[in-house]
Amino acid sequence: MASSNSRIDVKKTYKLFIGGAFPRSESGRTYEVKDAKGNFIANPSLASRKDLRDAVVAARTAHGGWSSATAFNRGQILYRIAEMMEGRTGQFVDEIVALEGVTPTAAKKQVEEAIDLWVWYSGWCDKIGSIYGSTNAVSGSFYNFTIPESLGVVATFAPSKQSLLGLVQAIATALAGGNTVIAVASQKYPLPAITLSEVLGTSDVPGGVVNILTGSSAELAPWVGSHMDIDGVDATGLSAAQEKELRIAGADNLKRIFSFKESQTPARVLSFMENKTVWHPIGL
Amino acid sequence: MTFEYSSAPESKAIVTIDPVYKLYIGGKFVAPKSGKTFTTINPATEEVLAKIGYAEKADVDKAVKAAQAALKIWSKMAPAERGKYLYRIARIMQERAREFAVLETMDNGKPIRETRDVDVPLAAAHFFYHAGWADKLDYAGVGTNPKPYGVVGQIIPWNFPLLMLAWKIAPALATGNTVVLKPAETTPLTAMLFAQVCEQAELPAGVVNIVTGDGATGAAIVNHPDISKIAFTGSTDVGKLIARSVAGTGKGLTLELGGKGANIVFEDAPIDETVEGIVNGIFFNQGHVCCAGSRLLVQENIQDELLEKLKRRMELIRLGDPLDKNTDIGAINSREQLNKITELSNSGDTEGAERFSASCAIPSKGFWFPPTIFTGVTQAHRIATEEIFGPVLSVISFRTPQEAIEKANNTPYGLSAGIWTDKGSRILWTAKHLRAGVVWANTFNKFDPASPFGGYKESGWGREGGRHGLSAYLKGAK
Repeated sequence: MASSNSRIDVKKTYKLFIGGAFPRSESGRTYEVKDAKGNFIANPSLASRKDLRDAVVAARTAHGGWSSATAFNRGQILYRIAEMMEGRTGQFVDEIVALEGVTPTAAKKQVEEAIDLWVWYSGWCDKIGSIYGSTNAVSGSFYNFTIPESLGVVATFAPSKQSLLGLVQAIATALAGGNTVIAVASQKYPLPAITLSEVLGTSDVPGGVVNILTGSSAELAPWVGSHMDIDGVDATGLSAAQEKELRIAGADNLKRIFSFKESQTPARVLSFMENKTVWHPIGL
Repeated sequence: MTFEYSSAPESKAIVTIDPVYKLYIGGKFVAPKSGKTFTTINPATEEVLAKIGYAEKADVDKAVKAAQAALKIWSKMAPAERGKYLYRIARIMQERAREFAVLETMDNGKPIRETRDVDVPLAAAHFFYHAGWADKLDYAGVGTNPKPYGVVGQIIPWNFPLLMLAWKIAPALATGNTVVLKPAETTPLTAMLFAQVCEQAELPAGVVNIVTGDGATGAAIVNHPDISKIAFTGSTDVGKLIARSVAGTGKGLTLELGGKGANIVFEDAPIDETVEGIVNGIFFNQGHVCCAGSRLLVQENIQDELLEKLKRRMELIRLGDPLDKNTDIGAINSREQLNKITELSNSGDTEGAERFSASCAIPSKGFWFPPTIFTGVTQAHRIATEEIFGPVLSVISFRTPQEAIEKANNTPYGLSAGIWTDKGSRILWTAKHLRAGVVWANTFNKFDPASPFGGYKESGWGREGGRHGLSAYLKGAK
């Protein structure tokens, strides 16, 4: 393509996103990603079990701070992600068009929906407790209330169809509930996920709150299932057989495992929250 | 100074125990297909109370079919009318409360004071509470016009037989599901009495089916293809087994499992109330409580004073005839459970903790374990990590609130916790940092149908009670 006097593109090395940094896979492995026409595009990292474990450590470490940040603060950070994405719209559109083979219009719509979803979930951070918590009228002289709290570390497998939107649905819901996340990107269409990690890296999201792995869902899912420090899994992007295996392995520490049909519902946020009920006597 | 009490036994005359109980399927009492039975005994005397029908796969299948047939009526009934049946059940349970209390005490071994004042009133209240939900499901928080699952399989434990039945059946019925319930092998009698209540309430046939049996009966329920949701209360090990069994089937599943609750006492706690709370936390119901405060975390500088008072208080606990209205601690529910408590307690001795047991007399017949505490317990000891499910308390000290939180959360369980302090901000700070589903501050072991109950981590999935518990029986948007 390049003629003798045209500029040579500076191509990006696509890497993982763990603990706020952009490492290559410790395994040194990569895999080839092609565009919809079959042309080579990139060699992103093929994340290993060790990368997953590093991501879990980063997510667990970040959970204390993220879950105890004020809901207002978390809401602002989610909104900040929307702001940062908006500025990268063109890049996301190019990647989606190239990989998914959709029209620029369809790609733009997907990006805009993803951005708007961040705004929607941003607003839920400081409302979910009001709507879904309760004070409970127990018979006795007690003050009794129930509040939803974050579950902990949530792993997500985003569906490949509409790869960016599916990824944002999974991450945003878990973050809105105060969880930290290890997101496994679409294997076929990983580039928007990597670009999203660059957005997250510049959106005041504390390091480790979101970690993004590229590679093979089939390879990583069993390790996610058996990892004893992962509390919940969004399995929306897995096949039925993969999800079943994940559920069997996940029973070892009773992971909360869900796959979702709807994208814009507080029920998704609540799936990765625990309800805590507190009693205190009333008296002089 | 010792307090001597004359015995004040509750009369057994109010209950009639049949020699043989059948299964309750499709509104009829039917013998199990195989004709097999097992016995249930009074754990305080080891006397056989009755023979109980042993349900196998064919019987479970029959119960599921009855529940499926009833679903057509029950799920389509006007919700307000459905609610009236639950109100009726609540009222009949109140009317027959003393009968339930005596029968429960005989079959379970727990003191009559507790069945009379806690188990039975709470069970009736649970039906009354959920009756009022039946026509308000649009407000249950899962979207408008939510749907029931269908036939729900429910498996309950022996520690609160009637109360756990109520926790399971009341929300299932209020939401339009029909039920196949299996009571625990050692405590089936109040469930069979409840079947009579269903008859008196004229509940449509097949809405509630009760199949008695053991783990194999439970497995037949869990694996039945026409059951849409499983609700289980019991051990974490069995809960995990069930989670694996239903993986990939699309069945709903809620689990209320084990615990190793931390009861945290700060230096400024009101000491006498705290001692009462500790006693209630671990010795209530012989410690057969998943949410028991079985780990006492006490701030180091008050440990000696607190333990001295606790030991003095333990000597005043009255262990003995469960039907005696003065009794505080009744019988351990089964020989098997007594063996487990004994084995775990012995591990406390061999691993280097120091045992103190109240010097109460132990009856010659039946299964008994004296109120016991272990001091000098480290976090690695089995008695600090494993659920004993008996009247055995492990005492661990701490210096700072942060250390208390670390130790309290250092368990795969996350069901309950207690906080004792005079300082409001410290209560809320501690409650916030505890990874537990139920936190009792300056109280312990309180339950209410309006109050969601359930655990974090390996203590289970979902909640029971309150709006949160109700929603677990409804299919809404997700």
